This record gives sequence, structure tokens and C-alpha cells, in this order.
Amino acid sequence: MTLPYDATPKFQDYARPEMLVSTEWLAEHLDDPGLVVAESDEDVLLYETGHIPGAVKLDWHTELNDPVTRDYVDGAGFARLMSEKGIGRDTTLVLYGDRNNWWAAYALWVATLFGHPDVRLLDGGRAKWIAENRPVSTETPGRPRAGYPEVERDDTQIRAFRDDVQAHLGQPMIDVRSPGEYTGELLHMPDYPQEGALRGGHIPGAQNVPWARAAAEDATFRPRKELEAIYGGEAGLSPADDVIVYCRIGERSSHTWFVLHHLLGYPAVRNYDGSWTEWGNSVRVPITQGDKP
Amino acid sequence: MTTALNPRLQDIVDEFEAVRGQEKLQLLLEFSDELPPLPARYAEHRDLLEPVPECQSPLFLAVEVDGDGTAHLFFDAPPEAPTTRGFASILQTGLDGLSAEEILATPAEFTTQLGLSDLVSPLRLRGMAAMLARIKRRIQEQQGA
Repeated sequence: MTLPYDATPKFQDYARPEMLVSTEWLAEHLDDPGLVVAESDEDVLLYETGHIPGAVKLDWHTELNDPVTRDYVDGAGFARLMSEKGIGRDTTLVLYGDRNNWWAAYALWVATLFGHPDVRLLDGGRAKWIAENRPVSTETPGRPRAGYPEVERDDTQIRAFRDDVQAHLGQPMIDVRSPGEYTGELLHMPDYPQEGALRGGHIPGAQNVPWARAAAEDATFRPRKELEAIYGGEAGLSPADDVIVYCRIGERSSHTWFVLHHLLGYPAVRNYDGSWTEWGNSVRVPITQGDKP
Repeated sequence: MTTALNPRLQDIVDEFEAVRGQEKLQLLLEFSDELPPLPARYAEHRDLLEPVPECQSPLFLAVEVDGDGTAHLFFDAPPEAPTTRGFASILQTGLDGLSAEEILATPAEFTTQLGLSDLVSPLRLRGMAAMLARIKRRIQEQQGA
């Protein structure tokens, strides 16, 4: 039961226009059967302050991650989670969130590991919906439980592990963190040692393109031409490249993964979710400091 | 030696300990809603506030110590950062109007007693600990001055 695609002209320039919906489209389809809207935020309380009517909450920290092992939930865990949220395998899942859809893109990437057939992002996310004074609700929707099948997670296509990154050294990589994190110069005040990694810097060869550059002022994705100027022009990437993206724990880089893979159509893009909190703590891996790749 | 919490902060910890899961988030949201607005002297001069970059959302704070050693705390965080507002409000409710000594004696570990670590990422909880550390440092600076 796939819902119709959004025909917004801006989207048609992207490689996969069907991956995005506009706030107008969502407002129009909000009551359609077969659609579930899920909010995934950086701030864990934001959903409770008011959300798109009928939207369920999807929390990256407590729901998408395994509580013990540093990994995502497995097939059984994902099936249980989706079923509880009222999401079936044939549901059109529209994700949105705060901060330019940063966490929503992360949730979309995780859903892709399980091959969810129809998952889309709300262009502009929570900020645009609110800015347009569209309705919000504090009611928690009581969605009937769905029967989501157990699907084995596929980590081979869009996910990279540390060993994959070591084998990839010398090939295109994008570090999407802030310039300060990239150079390794992060502010390091006396009483507040920077936690998360023992070493600062970046993976040798990785170029620095902060993730939020892909978003416009209103939190929507920049038009294709502008994205091409950033990733193809400045960073020199081409669709034929095998690209790995990373950040601190793989959330911000999910956003860049979405841009490169779905909006620009690069076929081979993997997200290294171990990211700097793994690389910067690993023994004897190469690190580069400073502003050069 | 373990340092006891002051009674007001202890009450807050007890309140959080009494609820679980979703109710804990609702409680944090109530704190978030109750964070008092900045008085005009700060609202009109935000440059007087100190930024707390350890918080993932923008947060600013100011500390004033009276002649008799009473400390007053002021916080500012945007409505789209309710968790950060909630943390600030807990510190405001638990510490504002206490003596400088009482605030300095607040153990940094109190943030873990709220039992939020299952719901809130560790990085965010560190944001609250950083707020407390900055409040203490401000007080020490003013005492030393």
C-alpha cells in the first residue's frame, strides 16, 4: 500500500525524488491509511511538547540501539519495535525531526539496514512544519499493533566497520563533523576534558564537509545544483566513487549519506557508524591532525 | 565521605526516583516548562551570560552572589531545546537562593541519581554536569574577587 509520490518540482531534480515529501504533501495525506509518521529528535523531550498529529515517537538512544552491545537492534528487535509503533512492512513511513532532520536521517538509515521498502523524509523536518504554523498535538496516538516480519539486518551495503575503513584508506572519505573536531583542535578547557575519544583529528584522506551545509536556512535540503557544487565541486567526489562518511557516532553522517546516495544518486556510499568515537580510541590506527586531508 | 544533597535538591531526586519511563520524561517536561524567564537586565544584555558549549543545545547562564553569600542563578535556553531547559530548571529549583557554600558542596554525581541515563544519552547528561561545574566556577571566581 504505497502512497503516491510527492510531485514537488524541486524533488524531481534529485536522483530519487520519491525519498522526500513536502510539508504540503504530508498535510494532505496525514489521514491516509497505510501511512505512519514518526518523529525522531536530538532532544528527547521535543516530541512531548507537541508533534505532528498522529505521529509516533522513535528514539535513537533507547529504541534503535541495542542496550548492551554497541550495535543496532537485530531483526527480532526491529520487528518488535516497528510492530509496537503500528508500522507494517508495507507501511509508507515518513520520518521527520529537529535539527535539519539529523536524527530522522539516522532513523531512515537504520530502517534501510532492514530494507524497509518505503521510507521517506519530510523535507524541512520539524522546524518547517512549525514555522508554517501547521497543527501540532500532544496526544500520544494509539495505533493498532502491526505485524512486522523479522528481517535480517544487512550490514554489507550501506554500513562500514573499522576494518572496512582501514581497507578503504586512500579512497574518498567525508568527515562531516565541525572544523574544530576535524582538525583535532577542539576546545579543551581545564575542567572539562573533551570526552568521547582519546585522540583528536581525522581519518587520513578524509575531507571535511560539515553535514549541515546540505541544509538550507529553513532546514530543507539544498537544491541539487547546490549540493553538486559542494560535494562534486568542492570535495571533488564523483558518482563513480566508493565513499565512506563518518562523524562522531554515525548520526550526522547519516544525513550526508542520505544526500550523497538518495539525492545525488551515488550508488556506493557507506556510513561508518563507529566513527570518531571508535577510530579516535583505537590503538595504532593512523590519524591526521590539521585542516588538510 | 559522601556529601549529602541539600534538602531541595534531594526532594527533586526523590521525585525523579518515584517515577519511571515515560513519567520521568513528563516530569522533566514540567521542569522545562517552569524555567523562569530571564530578568530584564539579562534579557536585554545577553552578552552578560556565559555560554555552555558542552550542552548540545544552546544554553546560557549567569550567577550572582549577594553580599551575604546567597547565590542566584539565571538560565536561558530556547523552547526547541526542552531537555536542556529541563536540566537548567532542575538546577534553578534545587540551588537558587542557597548559600555559595551549599552550592559548592553539591556533588557532581547527583545528576546520575535522577535515573535519566536510560532515557537520555550520556552526552546530554554530561551537559547538566557541565552546567553545575560552571556555576561552581563562577561562584569561586566571585568569592575570590
